[in-house]
Amino acid sequence: MWRYVVRRLLQMVPVLIGTTLLIYLAVFALPGDPIRTLGGDKPMPPAVYQSLRHHYHLDEPLIVQYGRYLWGLVHGDFGQTLNGEPVSDVMRADWAVTARLALTAWVFELIVGIALGVWAGRRKGGVVDTLVLSGTTLVIAIPVFVLGGAAQLIFGLKLGWFPTAGTDDGWPYSYLLPGIVLGSTSLAYIARLTRTSLVENFRADYVRTAVAKGLSRRRVLIRHTLRNSLIPVVTFLGIDLGSLMGGAIIIEGIFNLPGIGGQVYNAIQIKDGPTVVGIATLLVLIYLFANLAVDILYGLLDPRIRYE
Amino acid sequence: MKVKALLAGAVAIAMAASACGGSGGGSDSKSKTFTVANIEPEHLIPGNTNDAYGLSVESALFDTLMTLDPNGKPVPQDAESVTSTDQKVWTIKIKPGLTFHNGEPVTAQSFADAWNATADATNAWGNNYYLSTIDGYADLNPDSGKPTTHTLKGLKVVDPQTLQVTLSAPFSQFPYILSFVGTAPLPKAAFKDLKAYEQQPIGNGPFMMDGAWEHNRQIKTKAFPGYKGPRPAKSAGVIFKTYTSRDAAYTDLRAGNVDIDTQIPAAKVPEAKRLLGKRFLSVPSGTMDFLEFPLYDPAFKNPDLRKAISMAIDRQAIVNAVYNGTFKPTGSLLAPIVPGYRATACGEACTYNRTAAKQLFDKAGGFKGTLHLMFSNADPTYEQWMTDVANQLKQNLGIQNITFDKIQASDYISRLTDHKATGPYRSNWTMDYPSPEDYLTPRCSKPSRSGYDGTACEALIEKANAAKTTQESLQYYQQAEDLILKDMPITPLWNWQDQAGVSSHIDNVHADPYANSLVHLDQVTVK
Repeated sequence: MWRYVVRRLLQMVPVLIGTTLLIYLAVFALPGDPIRTLGGDKPMPPAVYQSLRHHYHLDEPLIVQYGRYLWGLVHGDFGQTLNGEPVSDVMRADWAVTARLALTAWVFELIVGIALGVWAGRRKGGVVDTLVLSGTTLVIAIPVFVLGGAAQLIFGLKLGWFPTAGTDDGWPYSYLLPGIVLGSTSLAYIARLTRTSLVENFRADYVRTAVAKGLSRRRVLIRHTLRNSLIPVVTFLGIDLGSLMGGAIIIEGIFNLPGIGGQVYNAIQIKDGPTVVGIATLLVLIYLFANLAVDILYGLLDPRIRYE
Repeated sequence: MKVKALLAGAVAIAMAASACGGSGGGSDSKSKTFTVANIEPEHLIPGNTNDAYGLSVESALFDTLMTLDPNGKPVPQDAESVTSTDQKVWTIKIKPGLTFHNGEPVTAQSFADAWNATADATNAWGNNYYLSTIDGYADLNPDSGKPTTHTLKGLKVVDPQTLQVTLSAPFSQFPYILSFVGTAPLPKAAFKDLKAYEQQPIGNGPFMMDGAWEHNRQIKTKAFPGYKGPRPAKSAGVIFKTYTSRDAAYTDLRAGNVDIDTQIPAAKVPEAKRLLGKRFLSVPSGTMDFLEFPLYDPAFKNPDLRKAISMAIDRQAIVNAVYNGTFKPTGSLLAPIVPGYRATACGEACTYNRTAAKQLFDKAGGFKGTLHLMFSNADPTYEQWMTDVANQLKQNLGIQNITFDKIQASDYISRLTDHKATGPYRSNWTMDYPSPEDYLTPRCSKPSRSGYDGTACEALIEKANAAKTTQESLQYYQQAEDLILKDMPITPLWNWQDQAGVSSHIDNVHADPYANSLVHLDQVTVK
């Protein structure tokens, strides 16, 4: 298996170079001149304009700019934002916020989602099953910004159970409510996925055999059925970790969490290349590692799966 | 005056609330500091800061030579006097005994150092342009190549308390420039390491940094104990809390987590008025929205056509629909808070009159083809009001084919400066200082965005700049405004209003449209 892991890690290198280049090209292809945008409606003297273009190497050909960027990256330098701050400083602070938020959401959807799915799946068509199915349909149907705004209004502002906004109360308290809202849609999917998968596997031959052997219901459920049923759920959870980080922008906005979502949005607005590429590259890395972790987990869940 | 009445009311209510006692629990152990909602500033060095959020923080940390009185007139702050006999050579006397937060005295040299750094193109600071009136500016900003010198020829430090400034041409509005936060002095310590300095700026204002700039979280300040200037802090400190959006800030104001929010979104105004009562403040702003015409496009050559379009726009209806009636329709290129403002400067040409508009439109030969309306995607309300404009032009003038060109924000300015507008477009101006000069110069100086030939108007502005008395200069500025409005390369739409809310935890909230932070932070007291 280790050979497999090493091979997968090596594969990441060309993927990373490819993505940075693609994103760099994409930002470069965005229309507009970031330096003029910086000046806005106020006049910018030509000398200042030239000086700024030179400072951010925008007066060089694209390929030289990209080469310069990669060379910096090899040395651990992510470049500068258009405010003149190192991108690495900006990212360090923002990633911490987004990672906390995404992990809170992820742990929440993992525990509650699987629990709900198992509870519903044990008796197909029962009261619990019907409740979970209709409840999750409702959650999926409501857009996340409505859910976020409503949760903030009710649990933050009216009831005062959670902080309304900001990170002042630190982890976990400041991140609980946004985390729950962020994880709610995925939670609904996980609950349904677990439930369906479980219901299907209950009909499988090996389950009938296990029951016939005289194993307890509990053992049949946990050792045999659930373990097999979790494979699609784990796949979903792995990919979702990346989506949660990249897709937290709306929740970050509502709850005033200074994460990468808002940062990358603003950076695209002003065509701030180094910031966009830096954040996007790290997102790609997270996706890659989450995928690797999922693939390794398959083997643990189902011993029939082998790595070459 | 309206503002004052509102404020008096706000203070009265706040006092009544405190007299009732017991309720709310506003003043807990939070000591005597208060919080202001802000958005992450781009910079914290005055010479490099032209975003409103950075200027707001700097107006607490820094004092300038002049400041603006409640009527928008420049009055001395750090200066003892600012005088000139010919509007060209200015003698500035600085009050003795003033110091920076680190104890370094504030001298003529502190100002000269800051201005030299700001005017130097190699630094490429945001406020470079504001010093362009000083003699020697051109040497620091050559059209090509690197500047050969790094000091402004027009700055002369006569003695520690006297600075003599020579301008390249007479400029009666120079004291306004001195009231702009971007011209605040810098201590010697700043130049040792500007990057490190920006993380914890040492200023000369009533508040000093309390720890370093906590990016995306907050900027903490405390009252400067050694402050000798004219506006000492009445609280223990002000904390600028950083929000990612105006909506988030407003929610936190409602939750009582922030004391001053000067950026209540227009959509929330009716609710804020109801919830906050007298703690809601509407303050006139210097920001204007315009509809500008691409004069380089032959289709818009005829001034009568431009006037017809201007007259076919029902500004009040749009403001009501899109901005909840908070913005004020205007017929002037100047904001109402600018001396020299005349509400009806534009006259009929900016007054909604569909029959007259249609007559003028037909007389001008109508409009053939598709009319493009252009705006950026920076804010969703631009599309909303442009939609209303399009509908009104359809109904009132009978222009059938109207399409929108919604441009990526990062590309918008470039398109305008490159003369690539496809039709009338949204234009906006935020006030730097309340002088007609600030509003009119960009309209007629070259290179012009709209392609308008402003030679005659520039000449009038030059006359105004050189005038001996305010009265005389206003007269010329008004003539310049009349001229632009007659040619109408641009038509005024509405003037913004700032919507603010304050918590019941603070008193003495004196809003002032001329203050960068909208509220005089030094005067605020904590209950």
